[in-house]
Parts: sequence; C-alpha cells; structure tokens
Amino acid sequence: MAGKLTFSGGIHPYDGKDISKDKPIKDVLPKGDLVYPLSQHIGAPATPIVKKGDRVLVGQKIAEAGGFVSAPIYATVSGTVKAIEPRRVVVGDNVNSIIVENDGQYEEVDFGPCKPLEQHTKEEIIKKIQEAGVVGMGGAGFPTHVKLSPKEPDKIDYVIVNCAECEPYLTSDYRRMIEEPERVIGGLKCSLALFDNAKGILAVEDNKPDCIAKFKELLKDEDRIMVKALKTKYPQGAERQLIYASTGRAINSDMLPSDAGCVVNNVDTVCAIYGAVLENRPLMYRIVTVTGDAIADPRNFRVRIGTNYHELIEEAGGFKQEPAKIVSGGPMMGFGIFDLDVPTTKTASALLCLTKDDVSACEPSACINCGMCVEVCPGRVVPSRLGKVAERGDKEAFVAMNGMECCECGCCSFICPAKRPLTQQIKSMRKMVLEDRRKKK
Amino acid sequence: MSGLMKVSSNPHIRAAITTNKIMLSVIIALLPTTIFGVVNFGTNALILVLATVASAVLAEWCFCKICKKKSTIGDLSAVVTGLLLALNLPPSAPWWIAVIGGVFAIVVVKMLFGGLGQNFMNPALGARCFLLISFTSIMTNFDCDAYTGATPLAVLKEGGAVNVYDMVIGKTAGTIGETSMVAIVLGACFLIILGVIDLRIPGTYIVSFVIFLVLFSGKGLDFHYISANLAGGGLMLGAFFMATDYVTRPITKKGQYVFGILLGVLTGIFRVFGASAEGVSYAIIIGNLLVPLIEKITYPKAFGRGGEKS
Repeated sequence: MAGKLTFSGGIHPYDGKDISKDKPIKDVLPKGDLVYPLSQHIGAPATPIVKKGDRVLVGQKIAEAGGFVSAPIYATVSGTVKAIEPRRVVVGDNVNSIIVENDGQYEEVDFGPCKPLEQHTKEEIIKKIQEAGVVGMGGAGFPTHVKLSPKEPDKIDYVIVNCAECEPYLTSDYRRMIEEPERVIGGLKCSLALFDNAKGILAVEDNKPDCIAKFKELLKDEDRIMVKALKTKYPQGAERQLIYASTGRAINSDMLPSDAGCVVNNVDTVCAIYGAVLENRPLMYRIVTVTGDAIADPRNFRVRIGTNYHELIEEAGGFKQEPAKIVSGGPMMGFGIFDLDVPTTKTASALLCLTKDDVSACEPSACINCGMCVEVCPGRVVPSRLGKVAERGDKEAFVAMNGMECCECGCCSFICPAKRPLTQQIKSMRKMVLEDRRKKK
Repeated sequence: MSGLMKVSSNPHIRAAITTNKIMLSVIIALLPTTIFGVVNFGTNALILVLATVASAVLAEWCFCKICKKKSTIGDLSAVVTGLLLALNLPPSAPWWIAVIGGVFAIVVVKMLFGGLGQNFMNPALGARCFLLISFTSIMTNFDCDAYTGATPLAVLKEGGAVNVYDMVIGKTAGTIGETSMVAIVLGACFLIILGVIDLRIPGTYIVSFVIFLVLFSGKGLDFHYISANLAGGGLMLGAFFMATDYVTRPITKKGQYVFGILLGVLTGIFRVFGASAEGVSYAIIIGNLLVPLIEKITYPKAFGRGGEKS
C-alpha cells in the first residue's frame, strides 16, 4: 500500500526558509546560568537527584525519570547546582527547574565504551534510549522509548522519520539532513533494529531536493530504507498527514501511529537516538533556528539544552529591528512568548522574531461562510462551525461535529478572510473536553 | 526591546485574503455584466444601478447607526447586494422600486437576521421576489427603449422562435444583468481564476438542469431549445453569482453538489411545468432555505474516520 505523497487540505504560506537555510550549524557556548525545567516532555515530571551546591559534569544525570512515561534530564555544562526552584518556561508557566552555574570548563563524564549496533539486543537499545532522556523533539516531547515499545512490535511495518519540516522559517532539520545525513540514517537503523518486519521511510518534502538526493545516494545499497519525496504543503509534517502521505494509512484522534503499523520520529529525535545507542551520549543538544525579519543574522545553532533564549538572540547578532512578536517554534504552531528570559528545552525547534504581528493587525469580522477553512482543514472537519459551537461552549455538539479530530495545525485561522481565531477557539474547546475526560476516569 | 511581548494563540501568520477583497473581486466580476446592461438598455438602467447600490449601502449604514453598532459597510457586501439586485430589475423600472428593493434586501433579509453571514436567503433575490409579488406589473414589464415585447423565454414558452445568437450576446429583452451570457461568463471566469468561486455549484446546476430538460421538456435532445434555455432568463447570472453566494450555500463540498442538483431540478420544474417562463430566483431561494438540511446530511467525515480521501 503506497501513499499518495500528499493529503487533502493544507496551505502554502510564505516559507521564509531562505534567510537561514544556507547558514551552517554553529555551536553556541552558554554564558549565563543553565535552567533545566523538570517537565520538558509529556508525562510525569523528572525528579531531581542533585541538590544545591553539588558539582555536576557535562552528561551527568541530574534528574531521574518520574515514571515510565517520563524522561531523565542531564547537565549540559559542568558547574555547580545553584538552586532548584520554579522558573518560567516558554508556554508562560512556572515549572520547577534545576539551575546550574556554568564554570566554563565543560568537563565531561565518562560515557563508557561504545559498541556497534549489531551487538545490541532490542532491550538494550530501548534501555539506552530511555536512559538518554530522548523525547520527541519535533515539539510534542513524547518520550521516545514509549513510542518505540508498542504492544505488538511485530506488527510495525514502517518506521518513518519525519523530515518534512513543513513549518515556515524552520531550517534546523534541513541543516541536520545536509550536514549529518549519516546520523539520521544511523538513528533510523537503530530504530529499525527493534522491529523485524518494518521498513524505514525518510519522508522529506520535495522543496528539499538536495536532502533527497543525498539520502538516495547514501542509501543506494540499502533495501530496507526508502526515501519518499512528499509534496510541499503545510502541515505535511503533522503525524497523521505524514503517515497518510507516505503509507496511505489513515488514523484518527483515538488511534496511535502503531495502530496503523507505524512509528514516527522527528529528524532531531532520530539523531538523538543515534547518540544514545551508538555513542552512549544522553540528549544534551538540539538544533535551533534563530530567524525572522527582526533578527540581524539569522542562523542555525547547536544549543546546549538549558541555554537562555537571550543568549541565542545575541549569538544571532541581536535585533536589527524592534520585534513585534517572538515565537518559540514555527509561525503556524509555535508559542508566542512574552519574555525572552526562558531556557531552551528539548522541544524548542526555533526562535522566530517577526517585525509584524499579523494577529493583532487583523480584526476579526463576521464569518461569511466562504468555506476556505473547510477546504484547507487536513482533519476534514468544519472549523467555522466548530468555532461557532465553541463560542456557545457546547461541548456535546463540539464532539459530535468531530471537534476532537482537530490537530491544531492553524490552517483555518491562517486562511480565514474574516480573520476569525478559529484555531484558538477549537483548541480551548478541545482542552476543556480533554479535561472533562480526565476527570471522569 | 523593553517590557513584555505580545502573545496570542497559534498561528502567528495570516493569509492576505480578506472579506473586503473577496467582495471587491465580486464587484469587479459583475462590471462587464453591469456595463453591458447600461449600454444595452440606456440611462434608466444606470439610474437603477446607482439607486440600488446607494440605497443598500445607506440602509446598512443607518441600520448600524440606529442599533449603535460599528458600521459594516466597509466590507462592501452591501455594494454587492445592491449591484446584484439592480441586475435583476427590468430596465424600465422606476427609481423608487430600486430604492425599496435595496432597503428591503439589506434591512429585512440581511440585517434583521444578524447582518453579514447570518442571512438565510440571498438578500438580492429575497428583495427581487418581494418586488415581484408586490409590484408584479412593473417587475414583469420588460418593454424599454431598446426592446419591446416579451423575453425570449416567454416567447419560447408560447412556442415562438428565438434567436439564440442574440441571446448569448445579450441583445434581447430581460432584466438589466441577465441577458448577456458572454458578459456573465467573462466575470465568472475572473472569479474562478481568483479562486473566489469554483465550478461545483454552477457546474452541477447547469448540468442537472440540462438533463432535466432532456428528460421532461418533451423536446428531448433539442439543441436549439436547450441552448435558448441556458442563455435565457437569469440562469447564468443565478448559477455563477447568486447560487454561489457564500452565506446562503452549503459549506460542505458534498452539500454543494446536492445544492447544485437541487437548483437544476427546481429551475427545470418551474420552467417546464410552471406558469411563468422564469424560475431561477425561486429555485435559488428555495434552495437557500434547504441549506441547513443539506448541510446536516452532508456533514463531512473526519480524517481517519473515512474522510481522508475527500
């Protein structure tokens, strides 16, 4: 069963990738304190295993996973634990965090001897990934070892690497694929080792022909992994759409990718798997694109997790114009942040600084029923109607009208000629319904 | 940078398209038809166009003022309504008919139901039918300086002969904007290219209407009869500019096909079996009223629940 390389719905926004796509990944050394929020993933928060005054080394575990669905956290610099206290994170909440004062020595722990993939058992691979604190680095932050442990591993047919990078402006995955394609493929091979019947898919949008060519060349003697050039369209990288486009299988909101015999991981996550399994190195870095028309020198950085956002802006030459809005992540699904004094976490893919805030520039007017939201909705729901139901707060009707099938991709708000905040209305409603469901359990 | 930044829910970017731009493109698309009507029928047609547009816009402005609401005339939808109404008036109608129609369309059909987006019936057509019932003799008198006598469809219904070529060009009696198929299709192509409308409704409407004629008109595959029926009356104007009105057509794709077929069948019934030669206005209005029902039975399936292929 082959996918159609695309899905119905979707949009083609200005992609803004040109301003940073040719800038090689540059390492950033943190200057100030590093802040490690204990919740950088979906699931239980991690538990600190260091205390104030302790000296920590690069790669030393400082917080233990708080359960199976959770992930440990590692220090990314050497220095002293300064405090364990609530600090503000990207979404605006205060989250309990470990603060480490950087001594500038970057003294590493011994990661132990490495061995080739063939000498690993499946349990060992999963254990290593779990121990390394690898989580979904595309944005959701779901612990990767949980994803890689489906109930029936034999029924997994495809292990997909999400190389779509469909969000405008983002180029971190692109740089990874151009600079370290071997690590992407290596990480995929580590995951494939867990599933005997699976084939690997590198799902790349066709606006990155150089990545596709590079992958194809590296994989020319490899029959277990295929490269799929998907049509460039937002949200091609949304999990359900990606699975559909690359395999032709469709899942709904009640299902997991494994129900369709698929496992999906982001490019950065796959590279982290490579580091965890073959280099014994925990998740300590991620690639962050610092971009937008307010940034003097847009770039892609390899950032030590915990680094303050202020330092990233400085590294990118600061602001050349006053930003009107700063977004952590891409413009379609990222979080607008009101303060730059927050740390880089495992799930931060970009820091986007825009000189124009489209949202406050547009005043919502009456819905004219034009149907553009229906046309673009990848979830095949009717956003304008869901918006109206949400205004009334009618949860029952919202669920009956497939409101829970929304993936919050933002296409409806983007396209709406009346500038109605449809995604926001639907998102808040979904939160309320999910809250109710949790309470009932 | 100082102080706190602005935040909002995602997405943080917006497409350039606005309601105002959509309405403006519809106005531009109606210009060939309007200009043709004015040139073809003379000064009174121009007066009627200006009177309906002015009265519609003014009515909306006054209504907003009285209700102490922010004026909505900037969205240009009142201009579209006024223009469409004018195109549906006989060229010899007195100016006050135009004013009554414009005010009725905006105040009664649109604003009383909540304004743009809330009306359940196309305002221009609602007003036309109101005028047709209230001032039947004026609204059905198509005599003017340029043409005398009945409209081609009325001639056809009585068994007379019509010149299809003249009908396609528009050199026949009729309302200001319905006669020229060429001008209407030209404007419609503009909207289709811009993506403001698509062929789902007009296409199914026209195709199902033709099929109805072939099956039930008793004339079978009579090319002359069919093309006269397509070019005559308000079919083209209705199919491309009024049946496609966003507010009063189904929002779902499937619903739009159902809506188009329904309009084709209703128009066929009115034209073939009805007393009047026309039927487009009533067909669209009845179609408008059935939209909630159509949407209910055509609500789409979600992705992963069978809707992924649509």
